[in-house]
Amino acid sequence: MAVETQLPYDKQYITEYSDKRNEPNWFKDIRLKGLELSEELPMPVVKKTRIRNWNFTNFKHDVAGEKISSFDELPERIRALLDEDSDNNNLIIVRNNDVAYASLEDSLKDQGVIFTDIFTAMNEHSDLVQKHFMQEGVKVDENKMTARHAALLNSGIFLYVPKKVVVEQPIQVIFWQEDQEAAFFNHVLLVAEEQSEVTYVENYVSENDEEETVANIVSEVFAHDASKVSYGAVDHFAKGTTSYVNRRGTVGRDATLEWALGQMNDGNTISENITNLMGENALSHAKAVSVGRGNQAQDFTANIRHFGKASEGYILQHGVMKDQSSAIFNGIGKIEHGASKSNAEQESRVLMLSEGARGDANPILLIDEDDVTAGHAASVGRVDPLQLFYLMSRGISQHEAERLVIHGFLDPVVREIPIKTVQKQLREVIEGKVN
Amino acid sequence: MAASTLEIKNLHVQIEGEEILKGVNLTIRGGEFHAVMGPNGTGKSTLASAIMGHPKFEITEGEVFLDGENVLEMEVDERAQAGLFLAMQYPSEISGVTNSDFLRSSINAHREEGDEIPLMKFIKEMDGAMDDLEIDKNMAQRYLNEGFSGGEKKRNEILQLMMLKPAIAILDEIDSGLDIDALKVVANGINKMRNEEFGCLIITHYQRLLDYITPDHVHVMMQGRVVKSGGPELAHRLEAEGYDWIKEELGIDDETVGQKA
Ligand SMILES: Nc1ncnc2c1ncn2[C@@H]1O[C@H](COP(=O)(O)OP(=O)(O)OP(=O)(O)O)[C@@H](O)[C@H]1O
Ligand SMILES: [Mg+2]
Repeated sequence: MAVETQLPYDKQYITEYSDKRNEPNWFKDIRLKGLELSEELPMPVVKKTRIRNWNFTNFKHDVAGEKISSFDELPERIRALLDEDSDNNNLIIVRNNDVAYASLEDSLKDQGVIFTDIFTAMNEHSDLVQKHFMQEGVKVDENKMTARHAALLNSGIFLYVPKKVVVEQPIQVIFWQEDQEAAFFNHVLLVAEEQSEVTYVENYVSENDEEETVANIVSEVFAHDASKVSYGAVDHFAKGTTSYVNRRGTVGRDATLEWALGQMNDGNTISENITNLMGENALSHAKAVSVGRGNQAQDFTANIRHFGKASEGYILQHGVMKDQSSAIFNGIGKIEHGASKSNAEQESRVLMLSEGARGDANPILLIDEDDVTAGHAASVGRVDPLQLFYLMSRGISQHEAERLVIHGFLDPVVREIPIKTVQKQLREVIEGKVN
Repeated sequence: MAASTLEIKNLHVQIEGEEILKGVNLTIRGGEFHAVMGPNGTGKSTLASAIMGHPKFEITEGEVFLDGENVLEMEVDERAQAGLFLAMQYPSEISGVTNSDFLRSSINAHREEGDEIPLMKFIKEMDGAMDDLEIDKNMAQRYLNEGFSGGEKKRNEILQLMMLKPAIAILDEIDSGLDIDALKVVANGINKMRNEEFGCLIITHYQRLLDYITPDHVHVMMQGRVVKSGGPELAHRLEAEGYDWIKEELGIDDETVGQKA
């Protein structure tokens, strides 16, 4: 298979695309810079996973999606993602590259909360978006994928919570890749101002087992001083989608950022989650679960960098590998000089269910400061026969016993997903993947 | 349900090529309590685990029957469903699986599909048994045995026993690690199970458990077999005099399984 590494899109295409969307000039400039850089920059560094033959260039870039007027128009598997415990008042459904449904409670609007697609946001709140978009968080020139992301961005969300506003209900976005070849160059920009609180959950779904396409996703989260952000995600792209996912957090003084990521893609995936603890007492938990199956290859990185004094970072990643799947779990805790009294902990565990599966955990601690605490634990293993014996000695079948052990292994992360319905749905995805 | 009978006939067991049980014979009938005693390393846990189907042990000779059914041909879960139960000396810890989910799965595994125990009934039974065993209620939502103290693990084994109500139970050192009060509580729990149908094999090192649970029969294991059997008085004599007199009587120098008889 001959694999193209350069995109079939040029300056003219990008300019026209931007004009069609009525984008501000500053944004068009970012796109054009991204296009230029995407040709010269290297791919992101992925050790131990061969990405040379992955499809990064074959996709449809601009695919419309129909609006819906009622949830009844949604297929069952999308409807199943809706929060049963709420009226779904704070929800956006993105269908291919358009918004199919959008709603935000009036009381939140009145308090200044902004929750809208990114194109609307860059027109209506140009300054706010410009200030945060690919500046301090993910940069356009990091690698070929981030540059390409900037150039081809075709959907996205802006969520803004003003100072001291506490959003009680979770905010949810469903990204539905309905067209089997539609690509997501999707950007999530979440800004929580000082002392605000918000819980955000996103679902990515597609069904393209045969057709090829790509997902290039960048999330930037700004948890400003003393804010609390909880970010949950269930990534569930089908086999045909090659995914590049880059979720980045910037955490201020006394602020907290909690990640709970269900990395359930069925296609080849590079997923990195970096959190910069900038302020004193900044805190982050980065929790992630993954299940690999079939022939998919995946590379996961959870990285917390400590800049602020007494900042705390906890990485927890658990992966289950079956069939011929392979995955690398990199865990990186970095304490910069000056970040004294900080604590960097990480735990990576991989459970392999078949002879052909391959899993690897790479714990790394990089410490440039004396007065800190840090620790790591990593393991790669198989289901413990004594655990199965114990469960089966109570009458539980081998199949059920294995199920319990696997779900149990992933549960520490699953139960952290902020919306109960999404938790339940993640459990079902896991069930479907491990059975 | 009529009383069950567990028959162990000439059982030989190997682990990694080494023979550990060298011909054990024992019959436990419903309604009977048997105690198995014996010095460390004489094959007591091996006997218990082999009956239940521990993956590491290989049966090289002999038979085990439960009501005439060949236990050794059954999978581990089938043995449990047939009515066997083993309270383990060292129960496994299983992260992410709550005690209560595990218990409910276990109970449902003993029932037909479509006839699962109603949630409220389950909770009521579990609460009742936890009260009997003076187990803190929040243990139900904790992960199975994870971080449990030694004594908590033992109580949790008996909790499972009380909820699963097997025909024949084997309790491997259920008293080790228990303080005096806990010992009484656990013994009470086991005594509550006592009826004409329930048979029990209790492996223990100490008379103090047998002070609360009086056995009908006492057996002593050495060198991988049962070398002496008697009534409750045998346990009293062991408590008072130790094992030397038996070794002398039988001409045994080294009681562990490594020795050829
Ligand atoms: N998994 C194993 N691997 C290797 N040897 C084993 C294993 N299990 C048991 N053995 C050996 O078999 C012998 C009998 O062990 P067993 O656990 O049955 O003794 P026990 O009578 O229960 O002792 P204790 O009173 O200390 O619990 C010992 O020598 C022990 O080391
Ligand atoms: Mg033992």
